[in-house]
Amino acid sequence: MRFALIADEVRVAIDSDADIVSARQKGRGLASQCGFPSTDLAVVATAISELARNIVRYAVRGEVILRLIDDNGRRGVEVVATDDGPGIPDITLAMQDGYSTSGSLGLGLPGVRRLMDEFEIASDFGKGTTVTARKWKR
Amino acid sequence: MQVPILKQGAYLIATVQSALTDEDLKQLRDTLVERVSVVRARGVIVDVTALDVIDSFATRTLRDVAHMIRLRGAETVIVGIQPEVAFSMVKLGLTLEGVATSLDLEEGLAYLDRKGKGPGHEVRTHR
Ligand SMILES: Nc1ncnc2c1ncn2[C@@H]1O[C@H](COP(=O)(O)OP(=O)(O)OP(=O)(O)O)[C@@H](O)[C@H]1O
Ligand SMILES: [Mg+2]
Repeated sequence: MRFALIADEVRVAIDSDADIVSARQKGRGLASQCGFPSTDLAVVATAISELARNIVRYAVRGEVILRLIDDNGRRGVEVVATDDGPGIPDITLAMQDGYSTSGSLGLGLPGVRRLMDEFEIASDFGKGTTVTARKWKR
Repeated sequence: MQVPILKQGAYLIATVQSALTDEDLKQLRDTLVERVSVVRARGVIVDVTALDVIDSFATRTLRDVAHMIRLRGAETVIVGIQPEVAFSMVKLGLTLEGVATSLDLEEGLAYLDRKGKGPGHEVRTHR
């Protein structure tokens, strides 16, 4: 791991609607523990909501892992959304505003990239998807 | 989590009390669209003050509520979107285009009152 863990990570199994709400509430709780301002609490919770919903909608089930991290005194929240679903054939396309294979708004992934400070996505077609996003405390 | 819906005069007021799942949001949409014609409401207020997240699904559903209710001949106002929620919505790229919003319940009611009296609208007395 690149960053030091400040507290135990929180793992939320995602396989239903209700898990989306519980993941974002746990993420908000963790970020508020770290002293994030309220705007950033909403930002982190919204990003988790989008990533968890993508899991339910496209991969059926997966996991959201929430971590409080430290990078030489700079604190932040790391959100990892991971699944063993169908994967994304063309990541560049999926990252474009308005691109959706489900007739939705196509704003989830590009929106999460805008909301958070760091964003990484890895997807193997047929094997699953992992999105890692971080927000640092200002 | 059920959202209580109150009838006040010619208006329906739905007050969200806590976080809503996608299923709850869909149920709220369906209930409002049905109730608005059953009670012959002229306006609908959805108070989202209690929501700490309005993500893509919630935005799409609120937009659908407003558009469906307009097709049923009534007006909808979304009230109480918190500043940090608004910030996240804008960053995400979400808009409530074509949907009326107000600061709070009072402003929302005032908006509906004005709408009801506007030109081209049938004026009805209520309460
Ligand atoms: N975990 C995932 N597994 C497989 N495919 C995914 C996953 N997440 C996203 N995708 C694909 O990437 C596309 C873009 O995702 P994004 O979240 O940006 O938009 P959306 O989910 O289609 O719409 P919105 O999030 O605005 O409701 C999706 O339509 C889907 O095809
Ligand atoms: Mg999405």
